Amino acid sequence: MNIKRLSACALLALGLGTAMTAQAHRAWMLPSATVLSGENTWVTVDGAVSNSLFYFEHFPLNLERLEVLSPSGAEVKAQNQAEGRYRSMFDVELTEEGTYTLQMYRQGAFARYKLNGEPKRWSGPVDQVNEIPAQATDVRVSEIDSRMQVFVTKGAPSDATFKPTGQGIELVPVTHPNDLVTGEVISFKFLLDGQPAQNLPLVLIRDGIRYRDQVGEIELTTDAAGAVEVTFDEPGMYWLEAELEQPSQNIEGAKRRLSYSATLEVLPL
Amino acid sequence: MQWKQVTAALLLSTAAGQALAAELRVQVEIPSLQVAEYHRPYVAIWIETAKGRHQQDLALWYDLDMKDNEGTKWLKDLRLWWRRSGRELEFPVDGLSGATRPVGTHGLTFAADAPQLADLPSGEYRLVVEAAREVGGRELIRLPFQWPVAERQQQQQQGEHELGRVALELTP
Repeated sequence: MNIKRLSACALLALGLGTAMTAQAHRAWMLPSATVLSGENTWVTVDGAVSNSLFYFEHFPLNLERLEVLSPSGAEVKAQNQAEGRYRSMFDVELTEEGTYTLQMYRQGAFARYKLNGEPKRWSGPVDQVNEIPAQATDVRVSEIDSRMQVFVTKGAPSDATFKPTGQGIELVPVTHPNDLVTGEVISFKFLLDGQPAQNLPLVLIRDGIRYRDQVGEIELTTDAAGAVEVTFDEPGMYWLEAELEQPSQNIEGAKRRLSYSATLEVLPL
Repeated sequence: MQWKQVTAALLLSTAAGQALAAELRVQVEIPSLQVAEYHRPYVAIWIETAKGRHQQDLALWYDLDMKDNEGTKWLKDLRLWWRRSGRELEFPVDGLSGATRPVGTHGLTFAADAPQLADLPSGEYRLVVEAAREVGGRELIRLPFQWPVAERQQQQQQGEHELGRVALELTP
């Protein structure tokens, strides 16, 4: 196993996915549907870390940090969890009407250092960074804040659970994320630690990359109010990502790397 | 002779008086399709404003007799209707829900004072018919009309896939 692969394994074992640098590998969840009707309603969701969207060709997504919130804010168990070679999966039973949020959130510190010449890794809460041995050399610490979300609605969309936590990059829907159709102007607002995320660069990538020559990323930037508008020409599953790097407030000399990603379904009008 | 004519005139005017209530009549043709596996389509019929805002549901044909209301699972495939109205409703809806229809032409008639139309504000509208078929496609047809009915209006369109001829007639 070469070093690169080892790194990827280690990152996955820590459940960090690809929050670190602007690596090619992306971590994502793909729901079987986002708009549902009926009584005995389930969705099944795939998770993976891969190069291209939405193809399974690298690693399964670690589901350790998965949280599912019902429309009323109740924690829901993700059932039938499984991990394969390239893909992990889980099922969610939608017993309530309204919007469910499927989320993975990771916040903390990550360090690489050398101890007696051997490369080591450490991760943990930001305030425990001093656990790194004093004799460590070549210490590189980063603070990370990584959020991944998928929204699924049964019946009429609801927004009771869209309350910002004030931590990291967050999406505040103006247009409900399960109400996306082609040809209509869609509005989103982003927060950074509870404040409008100004001039935050975003990218949207439509599924089906394999079947076209150009990826055709949609690049956007939020305005001074953290708001952004987009109109989709093509329906499909889209991956949205925002990344930001800033000096860490908690760890001297370290960088804080934040990311937000979501899988959004755009239906034809 | 004159008396006969007067009587005839009276009879005619009475008959005309009864037919004076304005009417909205829709005809929807479920086409015959040569497919290996045929399922009757789900159909939603409603009125929207000229700007596309949902105004009034008129009919919904779906598998309403399935055990545990399972037929509602596919209502979302009537994707425009679902988004504009269906997702806010609880099923079955009295006066709206009906069974899927077989191949053929099916008509619906609403008098101007029927509950669906009695409160319709005057303006420009469109009758919308959306059909979605299991293991098949989805089609949408819109026919414009004016309300109230000042003079006879007739509109029709021929569907290409999931719908046949859809016709709208309003009589004053």
